[in-house]
This record gives sequence, C-alpha cells and structure tokens, in this order.
Amino acid sequence: MQKLLIWIDERFPLTKVWEEHLSKYYAPKNFNFWYIFGILATVVLANQIVTGIFLTMHYKPDTGLAFASVEYIMRDVPWGWLIRYMHAVGSSMFFIVVYLHMFRGIMYGSHRKPRELIWLFGMLIFVALMAEAFMGYLLPWGNMSYWGAQVIISLFDAIPYIGSGLSEWIRGDFVVSDATLNRFFAFHVIALPMVLIALVFVHIVALHKVGSSNPDGIEIKKKKGPDGIPLDGIPFHPYYTVKDLVVVILFLMVFSSIIFFSPEMGGWFLEHDNFMPANILQTPPEIVPLWYFTPFYSILRAVTYPLFGVDAKVWGVMAMGTSIVVLFLVPWLDRSPVKSIRYRGWMFKLALGIFVISFFILGYLGTKPPSGLAKTIAQVCSVLYFAFFLLMPWYTKIDKTKPVPERVTP
Amino acid sequence: MKKLIAIVILAALPAAVLASEGEGPKLDAVKIDLGDQPSLQRGARIFVNYCLSCHSASYMRYNRMGKDLGISDELVKENLLFAADRVGDLMQAVMPADEAKAAFNTVPPDLTLEARARSPEWFYTYMRSFYQDDKSVSGWNNRVFPHVAMPHVLYEWQGHQQPVYKTLKVITHVEQDGKQVEKTIDEEKFDHFELIKPGTMTSAEYDSAMRDLTNFMVYMAEPAKLIRPRLGVYVLLFLAVFLVVAYLLKKEYWKDVH
Repeated sequence: MQKLLIWIDERFPLTKVWEEHLSKYYAPKNFNFWYIFGILATVVLANQIVTGIFLTMHYKPDTGLAFASVEYIMRDVPWGWLIRYMHAVGSSMFFIVVYLHMFRGIMYGSHRKPRELIWLFGMLIFVALMAEAFMGYLLPWGNMSYWGAQVIISLFDAIPYIGSGLSEWIRGDFVVSDATLNRFFAFHVIALPMVLIALVFVHIVALHKVGSSNPDGIEIKKKKGPDGIPLDGIPFHPYYTVKDLVVVILFLMVFSSIIFFSPEMGGWFLEHDNFMPANILQTPPEIVPLWYFTPFYSILRAVTYPLFGVDAKVWGVMAMGTSIVVLFLVPWLDRSPVKSIRYRGWMFKLALGIFVISFFILGYLGTKPPSGLAKTIAQVCSVLYFAFFLLMPWYTKIDKTKPVPERVTP
Repeated sequence: MKKLIAIVILAALPAAVLASEGEGPKLDAVKIDLGDQPSLQRGARIFVNYCLSCHSASYMRYNRMGKDLGISDELVKENLLFAADRVGDLMQAVMPADEAKAAFNTVPPDLTLEARARSPEWFYTYMRSFYQDDKSVSGWNNRVFPHVAMPHVLYEWQGHQQPVYKTLKVITHVEQDGKQVEKTIDEEKFDHFELIKPGTMTSAEYDSAMRDLTNFMVYMAEPAKLIRPRLGVYVLLFLAVFLVVAYLLKKEYWKDVH
C-alpha cells in the first residue's frame, strides 16, 4: 500500500493535494451554522449532475416529445419519478443554499480583502446558475416553461438597436420553438455544467490560497504556533469532514421530506401550469418565473416610468441587470474597518435587516400581478434594495465598530 | 444574530397579508385517500367508461393502472379495454381528435395530469356544477368553468339542477358631484344548486361517485404517489439512524477541540 502511494506520488501529487486541501488545510475552529452552505451547495451540485445524467438518458429535446418524455420518466422509467423530483426540487434547494451562502458572505465580510476574487468567482457561479436554471426550466415543455422563456427572452428586445436581432439569435427563431428547446438542452446539459464546475474549482482554489474567513472576521494565519500552524485552526479533515457529515445528513432529511411528502411545495417548486403541455394559444393567467428569480423579476416590473424618452421596459431591464451587477461590487462598496457583523454598529445591522426584508417582499411580489398597492410596495422595496448597496460606502464608514479580539471567540 | 433571523421571519408577514385575496367560485373540499383501493377502482371504471370516450389520458397505460389498483390484466382486458387492443397501451380517447374538434369546436384536453394542473377540489366541484343553459351551444353551462364546451355527460346520474341566486345589498362608494356618496346596489350572488329533475342517483350517491372519480384522477396524475410518502418515512428513518452515528463520530473527534 505504502509502495503504491510512493509510486503514485512520484507521478501525481496525490499526497500533496490531500494534505494541502484536506488533512493539512487549517480551517478556523469557530465556524458556525452559516458556514455549512458551501458544502451543501457542492452536495446539491453533485446531486444535479448525477440525477441530470439519468434524466438525459430518457428525456427527448423535441417540442413534440419533450412533455411526454418527462411523463414517461415519471411513470414508466423505474425510479424515474424519484430522479426527476431530486433534480427539480434540487434546483430550488440549490438556490436556497446559494442565497444563504451569499448572505453569510455579506454578513461576516467574507468578501473583504484578501478574498475579493473568491467573491467574484462566486458571483460568476451565481450568474451561471441562473442561466442553467432558466434553460433547464424550458426543457419539460410545460405551459409555464414556454411562456416563461418567451417573456424572459423578449426582455432582450428592450436593448436599443440590437435588441430584436439579439433575442432572435438566442431563440434561433421568431418565437420560442424547437430550435430554442434544442439549444437550451445543449447549454443545460453540457455547456453550463462545464462552466459551473470550472468556476466552482477556481472558487475553491482561491479560497484555499488565502484560507477561510470566520464569524469573527479575523485572519487566523496571523497567530501561528511554533509549528507554523494557526493557533485557531484545525485540519479540515477529519474535523470538518465529520462535522459537515452531520449537517449534510440533516440537509438530506429536509431535502427528502420535500421530495417524498411535498415535491410541488404548493406550487413554489413545481408550478401547476407546468403540468399542462406548452400551448402557444393559451397564456397562463399570470406568467411568473420560479421563486428564485422573482426578486429580480419584481425589480424589472417595478420600473414603470419612461425616462429621457426611453421606454420604461428598457429601464426595467437595466434595473434588473444592475441589481445583479451591483452584487459583484460589494467587496469594494464595503468600507468598514471590521469584517464581521459581530463587531459592526447598528447602521450596518439595520441596513442588512432592511435589505433582507426587501428581498423577501420583492420575491413574494414577483409571483403576484403588479398592480395597485403591490406595485407601490415593489417600487419601495426596489429602492431599498439598491440603497443597501449604493449607500454602503457611506454607512459602513461612519458606523461605530467594536474592537475586534485577537483570537477567535467560541 | 438571533434578532436578524427574527427580522427575516417577520419579513414574510406583509406578504401573507397581501395573499389573502380570493377570487373565482368557491371550491368544495374533497377527501382524497389513495389508500382506498375500492374507491380508486370505482373511479377508474367511471373514467374508462365515460371520460375516455372523448378525452385521452395519453401518458397512462392500462396495465399500469391495473397493477397499481389491484386489477389483473385479464380483468382489465375484459372490463376496461374498450379503446385499445393491448393492456400495455396508453389510454387514448375513443373519439378521434378531428371528430371531437368538429363536434365541440375544440379538442377535449388530455386528462392525465388534470388533477395536478388544476386541483382535486377544482375537478370535484366542476363535475358537480353543470346546469342547463339554453343560451349555450351544448345546452349546458358550468359554474366553475363558464361556457365550457363540454356537455353534462353524467346528467342521467345527477339529474338536472339549476343555480339559485340570492340578492345581496352591496354598499359601494361612487363619485357624485366630486363627492363620495354611498350607494346600495343589488348584486346577484350564487347561493346553491336546486335539483329540478332527479337522476338515477341521489345527490349523496352522485357526490360519492364524483369523489371516487376525483380520487382516481389524483392517482392518475401521479401514480408514484401511491408509494412516495411511505418510502419517504423509510428514507427519513434511515437518515435519522445515520444522523445519530454521524453525530457520535463528530463528538468523538471534536472532544479535544477547545
């Protein structure tokens, strides 16, 4: 056994990689609940890839066959229904863990120097994930799949001059059609998963270069013992592997509860209208994207005033785009001398609280018709959403902070 | 930190308030019990004998239904196979789509997933809400689905019913000479159905038959539902045991981390 390992190590850095990234990768010992979502996102990614492979074996990317092939998977393929639910519920779970993972980053300042690149790679993962989810949603060829894609792709029409040509180029047709379904299938099962895996890889490489942050926002590498090991660090393996295993099982319990007892989640994870095949003559009463897009969709619809002679729709699309782009800038918008929320003053806490509430309300309103009171609330929340970011350089700078301890607190 | 979580939970409240608006006719509750096999079998019989004349259930196979509902292939062949040759066939409508289009001006929708696309309550109420309407082409209308092309296929069972309206005094505010003035208007509101001509079934019998049919539709929309919840319990039990083991392992490793 030892001989084999030496043989491999002379040809491939197996032991070196194992030690660098697991057995001698020193992670802060004070990780709390919020630090689990990176691992969970990896678990869900693996789930999506494995279940996706099996779905691809039976799915037919053809407008005449797609819907029936999904029902074939649900009925005639042994355990097909389970695989399909794992994949469909998995996509919602992916966004839940990714949103919580991002929230953790903002809350504890995980994006601050020297971890800006980790944040940027993470944001690229988020964007790729949104594209992946959007394209995957068309594949069952349900009525909401069809109309959702129709509405979202037509947003590109709003771009001046090149808009209509661009949306036609994306669809490969004048309307969402077989050509669209086929290319979305290609992107969903090959192109974007490869991009996602590559991005996750560099996300982790960047993380392991600088080391993990922690709820205190302290650099544990600054206090090292005589052996060169951070005093507050513990090897990722076995300490965090066994700890994460516990939380992964807890997560799987939640995940299975949804899959087995309520896979539709009352229409939030699987929409009622998507149990009807796509019908170009029958628009669903309300075209809404799945919940993970609705906060941004709300921002899009909240812009209803034409400005400088430019159509409101154009501004709406720009506002929606900006609401995602602005997230990339957080490491530079945050000017606080401390990283963690634990040592920040009331201003940041209040701002973050308002931001989270606005995000939830926007998400909810995105599923409702944009009229009357709902529209006004969405507009207020959109302003609050942007205010969180645009005012960040100011309130994080003047906010009172508490002294940061030398060593991590339990 | 805990405060923050509380804020997040509170954020959902205004959303809940906004959600409390209802619209459309009131749907009646229906008891769905996929463990009630006799009910599913009765529902299947109604479905195959009546619904399949015009509607397809083209994602569902006869023998899958038979296997799930405890009906042998022979019995399926003898009693339920009118529109197909083999028990492994998908359930296609007896009436060809173009003939249906000519007769109803629309192709009757596929019903495999109807209970999921709408809801069991919707379907149960719909099947009990037909009434005679001379103004409509088919001579029938429906409270839940106004101007539906479908006639009341089961009227022999249910008989004829007519909606009874009650007049409500509704107070509204209208603008008059730039002022808000209270005005009372009469609004016809549906109250209940009245049986004019009884059918071969009593009202209770008809409701019970429609409950069986709805039960079957729920099964047909998702056959996996027959085993899904039970399997879920086993999966959770396994994970719970695994959790204990994993937790003890974690505790053992972490006892020297301070």
